[in-house]
Amino acid sequence: MYKILRKKRLNDSIVLMEIEAPFIARKAKAGQFIIYRVDEYGERVPLTIADHDSEKGSITIIFQTIGGSTKALAQLEEGDGILDVVGPLGTATEYGEVKRVAVVGGGVGCAIAYPQAKALFNAGVEVDVIAGFRSKDIVILEEEMKAVSARFHLCTDDGSAGYHGFVTDKLKELIENGAQFDEVIAIGPVPMMKFVSKTTEPYGIKTLVSLNPIMVDGTGMCGGCRVTVDGKIKYACVDGPDFDGHKVDFDELMRRNSTYKSFERDHACRLTGGVRNA
Amino acid sequence: MPNMQMEKTPVAEQLPKVRARNFKEVCLGYTEQEAVNEAQRCLNCKNHPCVAGCPVSVRIPEFLAKVSQGDFIGAYEIIHSTNSLPAVSGRVCPQENQCEGKCVRGIKGEPVAIGRLERFCADYAMAHSDKLEAAEKPQTNGHKVAIVGAGPAGLTCAGDLARLGYEVTIFEAFHTAGGVLMYGIPEFRLPKAIVQKEIDGLKDLGVNIMTNMVIGRVLSIDELMEDGFEAVFVGSGAGLPRFMGIEGEALVGVYSANEYLTRINLMKAYLEEYDTPIKKSQSVAVVGGGNVAMDAARSAMRLGAERVYIVYRRSLDEMPARREEVHHAMEEGVEFLVLNNPTKILGDENGCVKGIECIKMELGEPDASGRRSPKPIEGSEYTLDVDTVIMAIGTSPNPLIRSTTAGIEADRRGCLIVNEETNQTTKQGVYAGGDAVTGAATVILAMGAGKKAAASIDKYIRGDKA
Repeated sequence: MYKILRKKRLNDSIVLMEIEAPFIARKAKAGQFIIYRVDEYGERVPLTIADHDSEKGSITIIFQTIGGSTKALAQLEEGDGILDVVGPLGTATEYGEVKRVAVVGGGVGCAIAYPQAKALFNAGVEVDVIAGFRSKDIVILEEEMKAVSARFHLCTDDGSAGYHGFVTDKLKELIENGAQFDEVIAIGPVPMMKFVSKTTEPYGIKTLVSLNPIMVDGTGMCGGCRVTVDGKIKYACVDGPDFDGHKVDFDELMRRNSTYKSFERDHACRLTGGVRNA
Repeated sequence: MPNMQMEKTPVAEQLPKVRARNFKEVCLGYTEQEAVNEAQRCLNCKNHPCVAGCPVSVRIPEFLAKVSQGDFIGAYEIIHSTNSLPAVSGRVCPQENQCEGKCVRGIKGEPVAIGRLERFCADYAMAHSDKLEAAEKPQTNGHKVAIVGAGPAGLTCAGDLARLGYEVTIFEAFHTAGGVLMYGIPEFRLPKAIVQKEIDGLKDLGVNIMTNMVIGRVLSIDELMEDGFEAVFVGSGAGLPRFMGIEGEALVGVYSANEYLTRINLMKAYLEEYDTPIKKSQSVAVVGGGNVAMDAARSAMRLGAERVYIVYRRSLDEMPARREEVHHAMEEGVEFLVLNNPTKILGDENGCVKGIECIKMELGEPDASGRRSPKPIEGSEYTLDVDTVIMAIGTSPNPLIRSTTAGIEADRRGCLIVNEETNQTTKQGVYAGGDAVTGAATVILAMGAGKKAAASIDKYIRGDKA
């Protein structure tokens, strides 16, 4: 059992949990992920590590309750245990020689964009954080992201806070106005990462994306997480999860991620007895 | 006077029509009476070639003699003295190529059903555990050994070392110990409760099993050795699935056999109360001709598919799967398309599989494997309507250990290089065995390698450090 040390609701659907996992905390690096299984009946679900404290022996995860497995996790409270947590999996994010980087987060993806920005900021890199949300009431980690960026650009789809528009619009505006980004890293929903990559491609700015395909074991064994990158099959769990956004076949990834959509809809939820939302 | 009956005593099985739609064990096993009758067929011949055919050297004629006297616990104790997992090997060993393949009775009739009898004894002992002498924890010798991977090689190595007094810790990447016995081989061939009991037996011997520990990520082999483990055994298996490299392999509905079987066996996707999803297919093509292909095809049948095809590029004679598995699959209604090879997988407008294009093949000259190599017959392409394709064309060893451990060398296929006498890798104190060394092979060969490595590790630690 892996004990939940701290639980905090960041908005209606996003939850932060700090979990006791000393072995993982000792080795975790930005960009790596864990797989959890909430109980005997649960799926194995991958989540990127949002933060870790090797002295305390804890890791932090931030997740959105979208399916049955994340809802089951969100029902646990401080002091409860998660049956299985394995990690750190995947390879750590690698940057080239960078002076200025744009870190782009979309929704719950900001949970992962934040530690990336923090690592870069602490390494002396000039960081622009562009954080996008549907509206003001679901904004998370605003103060934290501000603290680790030279410039913080909040964007909302409905204009209820910050810039009125998508992160891609803001990113393009910054580039057009002369911002010299050596690299861009984008973390969020697949369509967002696709369009950030499309935005930077004409400018030739290297763009990293953090992919979230369907996965079972996380060690290269099932092949379920295969993605096409530069025309070749790559396994996100061992070759990634970070890839060059200009080379990823995002449309294929979106199709593969929808494999079990109908299953989620049809599967009666054993937690609430109701039917799950996809 | 031996029983001179020419054929094996038949064993009860679930009827094909019934079992093709459930996950319960196919073979129901011998009754006590049947076991005694079958064991009495052993001639107790002088050279006991059967023992030489066994990778873990089970003293077969001795245990058969006990069975024929009705002393099933005595028989079990003989088996268990050299075989840590008899309930497993009795079910999944290719006995026809090993013990039974060497049996003298097989010359003029059928060999003694050694596998069925081994299984009978193991099941009997599990059901009558009160009659067994309680497993005593051996006196510890104070030496620590780490095992990477809780599959058949690692479990066997751990069992043998624990009996010698070593403090053994197994590091397993999954949440459950057992390796391929848990994630790969289906319930209907090897019930998971049986595997769990064998593992619990090792824990009773004092073996410590740490799950959720991916060695190479959370700890390296070097760190294990710095932590006081005097030797390490690597039994990390051959887990990386291969794909054919044909068009359409990224479509929704294309699985590696590993993923398909792991969802079903380890994650129990076939049971309603478990959350892990699996596609409910109508029509399935399984590509490959090994035991894994048979397991995948028979599992698809049990999940309710109406048509299940095996697509295999050579003929039935070259098929690497056990005869028994092929026979069972055919009985259950799996259709065999031999001398057929996929050329591409076809998708619909949503990116889901709607068919597979195959080409007919013919056999030419023998290739490096000694089997006649298949050649495509030009212009013979045709399309098979399926909604699911499962690739069961083999696996390679996981590169994680070799890429994170300096000094461990692998061959060009990624298999760890070991000294054949000792199973030591190219790094001192690090041993390896099972599929990580051989590439995908059998449970019993992995068990044999684990056994050999345990003996070498004992010698190494006593010689070097006593």
